[in-house]
Amino acid sequence: MSSDYSGDAGSLANTMGRALLGAMLALALALPAAATGTEPSPEMQADMSYKDMAGMMGMDDAAAFGKVMLDQLEVEAESDHTLFSWDGQAWYGSDYNKLWLKSEGSPNASDKSDARNELLWDRIVTRWWSVQTGVRYDFGQGPARGWAAAGIEGLAPYWFDLEATFYVGEEGRTAARLRAERDLRITQRLIVQPEFETNLYGKPDIARQIGSGISDLQLALRIRYEIRRELAPYVGLAWRRDFGATAQFARDSGAAPGALLWVAGLRTWF
Amino acid sequence: MSLVSTRRRFVQGVTSGALLLAAAPWSAPRAASQAAVLSGTEFDLSIDALTVNYTGARRTATAVNGQLPAPLLRWREGDTVTIRVTNRMPVPSSIHWHGVLVPAEMDGVPGLSFPGIAPGETYVYRFRVKQHGTYWYHAHTRFQEQTGLYGPIVIEPRGGESYRADKDYTVVLSDWSDSDPEHLFATLKRQSDYFNYGRRTAGDFIAQARRQGIAATVRDWAPWEELRMDPTDLSDVSAATYTYLMNGATPARNWTALFSAGDNVRLRFINASAMSFFDIRIPDLGLTVVAADGQDVDPVTVDEFRMASGEVLDVIVKPKADRTYTIFAQSMDRSGYARGTLTPQAGLQAEVPALDPRPLVSMADMGMSMGAMADMPGMADMPRQYGLGVDMQVQMPRPKLDDPGVGLRDNGRRVLSYADLHTLGGPIDARDAARDIELHLTGHMQRYMWSFDGRKFSEASPLQFKYGERLRLVLINDTMMTHPIHLHGMWSELEAPDGTFQVRKHTVMVQPAQRLSYLVTADALGRWAYHCHLTYHMAAGMFREVRVERL
Repeated sequence: MSSDYSGDAGSLANTMGRALLGAMLALALALPAAATGTEPSPEMQADMSYKDMAGMMGMDDAAAFGKVMLDQLEVEAESDHTLFSWDGQAWYGSDYNKLWLKSEGSPNASDKSDARNELLWDRIVTRWWSVQTGVRYDFGQGPARGWAAAGIEGLAPYWFDLEATFYVGEEGRTAARLRAERDLRITQRLIVQPEFETNLYGKPDIARQIGSGISDLQLALRIRYEIRRELAPYVGLAWRRDFGATAQFARDSGAAPGALLWVAGLRTWF
Repeated sequence: MSLVSTRRRFVQGVTSGALLLAAAPWSAPRAASQAAVLSGTEFDLSIDALTVNYTGARRTATAVNGQLPAPLLRWREGDTVTIRVTNRMPVPSSIHWHGVLVPAEMDGVPGLSFPGIAPGETYVYRFRVKQHGTYWYHAHTRFQEQTGLYGPIVIEPRGGESYRADKDYTVVLSDWSDSDPEHLFATLKRQSDYFNYGRRTAGDFIAQARRQGIAATVRDWAPWEELRMDPTDLSDVSAATYTYLMNGATPARNWTALFSAGDNVRLRFINASAMSFFDIRIPDLGLTVVAADGQDVDPVTVDEFRMASGEVLDVIVKPKADRTYTIFAQSMDRSGYARGTLTPQAGLQAEVPALDPRPLVSMADMGMSMGAMADMPGMADMPRQYGLGVDMQVQMPRPKLDDPGVGLRDNGRRVLSYADLHTLGGPIDARDAARDIELHLTGHMQRYMWSFDGRKFSEASPLQFKYGERLRLVLINDTMMTHPIHLHGMWSELEAPDGTFQVRKHTVMVQPAQRLSYLVTADALGRWAYHCHLTYHMAAGMFREVRVERL
């Protein structure tokens, strides 16, 4: 409240001057009012809570909103088979605090199926960044794994959407995930989106065929056409590579540790 | 292709796009040039839903007496008017008399002036009309103004009009969307650049690099990229969803005003839009501005002027007897336009000019110096003084009252600026301000948060004015958008940079990086609204309560 007022010298002379002016004005205002004999003091609306007032005006600037985004609903063409995957998120909440749900995975034949799901509390902490804390749950290939999650998400200079999250799991497991993407407009509706993502693990998880260190890395370039903002089919090229023990696990199971793939899919939100 | 033709219909509207209403008798089709007029001292207004069709799709609007815009109310200065407003909708409603000085309980802001008008109820507004000129009225409840609840008010001076006019028309400009405003607002919260189809593309980069060289182009683009700001960010909502209306008529339907040979025609322009700035001109016709926000000004003749939502400007034109003119009102982002026709003979129309090229906001517009650009990273995480809902602060705010604004400089036309407006008779109160209140207009485009001093309405205490005091409000626009700031209940007497009186307004347009100040005499007791007149900025928090109390 007080910061709404800038400095007021408040010297004695000023105060007296203003008092005098105030008195003169009061008199000036009183005279015509007396002459016309009207204009009583308005009846002030009684004080009420912000919620009540916002309800009356229909204007609540603290209201919650929500958004569901399916960034990638994707098919990738490998030489011998087709792989489906999804990557999406949803949020609900106010300007300052939101509940986030992130989900990514591929619902394929058992040995390839995999999913990462996170439920996070998102709290904005700076003008461009928020802190996200919560839980992560992986299932699919091998035993399911639960994690505690903490990270940051925001918009970096040059319009990069960045996510960096650290995870602590059972039996001393740790992990980290980094993701960056941005939009490059070819036209108002034709948009190229480069994406970078990598996963790191503190120790191997043999049951899930994951080695320690940098486990995998993905670089993708998707080009979408926004039929409308909320509906954009895309095609793209994705380069994925497993590293270290993760790559070895892949080789052992007869798969290539790296691949360059065509992808196609749909980006949608509401 | 169908996509193209759909788009054209969207922007221009359908020719047959008349108001459709089954029951009400007053909905009978009327000639476009004859606005429904109610005059006298007793008025009955009924707020109800109305089915309309502007784009080929039927939608539900909010209307008064079955009219969109609401009927023109003609009052006489000095009269006491009684207006019985009945709400026939299933949701609460209200009417605010924009720019009209009324007692606080008559001001029509639910939660501040009164509890609002409940469904089925009638609220009786009664007040003495203490001024003359052109004003308007609109709903102050949720987004009912966006859906059509707005209409003109003309108050006849006691001593007769100062300027002789043979024809007198109100020209109400507005922005219609077939989408529910709840959806528009939620969309802005989800993706704030959703309606901006004028962003810079790779093609623009290549074209600029060919003209200016790669280094110069990178130097131009990099600061914006670094700041995460967008030089095309002119209007949050555009013709991507809006059809711009002139007196409720789409461009295709072409609102028409008639004149006879030798007539002086007074056009009373009212920007009743929810979110739009209009740049208005009548090609080949000089516009003599005679009043701003209802207050008579020294006549000044221009070719073009910009109006923000909430502003009112009266012009007098003297058309040549033998020709037809287009009244052209393009949106600031050049995404669309409203238009009408001024003609001696109904049915004629003149050429509609092409939209001007879409302007870009410059770093200088944003008050950023070249030195500052070199120091960009430091600026990106500037002092946290105004909190998390702020994406930038200007370094060098300037008064620039003589700046007509982005897209209007050096366009070959004489364009009005606030420096051209001089209210006749000087200020209402000769006292200097006893104190200053400085407020920054703040916001965060990505998060779609808008506020004063970084604090949304829900986070701020009321501004306290002492009854009778004269004070100065200093506004500094720390955002890259232009904001029309509207103070209820009291005049805003804009100062020139040298401190002399400039113009009396009820709605003051503040450009990016502008610092302007106006004096206010707190002569109206009660609780008043003070806010950005862009509907979704107001809803997002750019709103304060002003309390005038005997302290």
